[in-house]
Amino acid sequence: MAALRKPGARYAPPRGSALGLRAIILMAVSIGLMVVDQRQHELGVIRAALSAAVWPLQRLVHSPVAAWESVHSALATHRSLLGEIESLRGAARENDLKVLRLESLEQENVRLRALLNAAPPDAEKVQAATVLRVDLDPLRHRVLIDRGTRDGVVRGQPVIDAGGVYGQTINAGPMASEVILLSDPNHAMPVQIERNGLRTIAVGSGDPQRLTLPYLPRNADVQVDDLLVSSGLGGIFPAGLPVGRIAEVRRDPSQPLATVSATPAAALDRDREVLVLWYTPRVPLPAGEPPAPAAREPAPRAKDRSRTP
Amino acid sequence: MSDAGRNPRLTLLVTSLAALVLCGLPLPRAADALRPDLLLLVVIWFALMMPRVGGLFYAWIAGLALDAFRGVVLGQNALAFVMIAFLVHRFHLRVRMFPLMHQSLVVMSLLWVYQFTLFWIDGVTGHPLTDWARWLPVVTGALLWPVFNGLMGRITVRG
Repeated sequence: MAALRKPGARYAPPRGSALGLRAIILMAVSIGLMVVDQRQHELGVIRAALSAAVWPLQRLVHSPVAAWESVHSALATHRSLLGEIESLRGAARENDLKVLRLESLEQENVRLRALLNAAPPDAEKVQAATVLRVDLDPLRHRVLIDRGTRDGVVRGQPVIDAGGVYGQTINAGPMASEVILLSDPNHAMPVQIERNGLRTIAVGSGDPQRLTLPYLPRNADVQVDDLLVSSGLGGIFPAGLPVGRIAEVRRDPSQPLATVSATPAAALDRDREVLVLWYTPRVPLPAGEPPAPAAREPAPRAKDRSRTP
Repeated sequence: MSDAGRNPRLTLLVTSLAALVLCGLPLPRAADALRPDLLLLVVIWFALMMPRVGGLFYAWIAGLALDAFRGVVLGQNALAFVMIAFLVHRFHLRVRMFPLMHQSLVVMSLLWVYQFTLFWIDGVTGHPLTDWARWLPVVTGALLWPVFNGLMGRITVRG
């Protein structure tokens, strides 16, 4: 028996006779884990420890891309840099003007809000995050960003990019968080059409270039090129962020609902840098929800049904 | 490599970590769907060839690591991995004797059981994905098996 137990003995029977029993125990433990993770979300500590353990691996996967990018940027030609500086200067001048106008508008907005007795503008904190090039799951649209609970990230925070809404955080690990993109088939968010204020829900389609709006009646006032903004209902996304533009409206007389799809405003499949927002929703939260954004653990609501796995 | 060849536990660790990294390597969208479940192939190989080294508990840990890596429900891959490892353990003496093509077919059915378990758990936990692309790794994994088997044999036997 001792000879058989030598490590590396390639053709030896498996140790232990209670193979089936051990398999059943481990499977039961797995099922228990799943139930606790799915129903109670009470595995915070274990999840954090595990995600911290796999973090070096994820970083390793990202490293060739990061190295290539740094080489690439080092080798960017003088001419293209000059061109970029020129265009950025132009953009900066334009932005200066816009900021001047924005400031006056903001002042005006504050005065008007005070008049209306409304809550003050959303308290906001913004943090930039890098999207790691790690393929989490080929069929779902999830990305990993390099900000975690260490930086104050919690579940259910809005993530935007320069174009508009990008997604929301669904899992916050110590060093990294997972973000579910707008285009994930399991993501839905409340939006409204900016032109007329029509509210509806934008659901991910599984294609990063397309969102679907499945709940618009056939006679809804929606046209191609209408801008979709977040409506602020649901309490995850602040109101007024651009979400996308209507790309296609098909009205089939035999169907009660129109087939509407939109192109996301954010560059969902191209982004490297995104912004994580901290924001206090102005809509009243359901009873039992603590109001502080840091402590907020947003249960998946009917509108923002970002089901976390 | 030579050290790894002498110590099967080190080989187990190194190949599992490498497989986990390859599971997350960024690939173009089209190739991404074809990516075989390398970590599961490692688990199957060890359960088949070195059941003492890579036992059920190893399969469970590997599945849990994959769950954490992908950010899915904890326990999903762990459950499926233990099931597969158990099946392989149960029949490893027989399957080892099969010719390579025949083994590939066995691996294909195991991968199918794995994908089906994931599919089923996805459905139960409320995010079903009914995309035919999810069955592609079954085929690519089975096609990869002869090469993978040869490679692993080379790593472990020749020091």
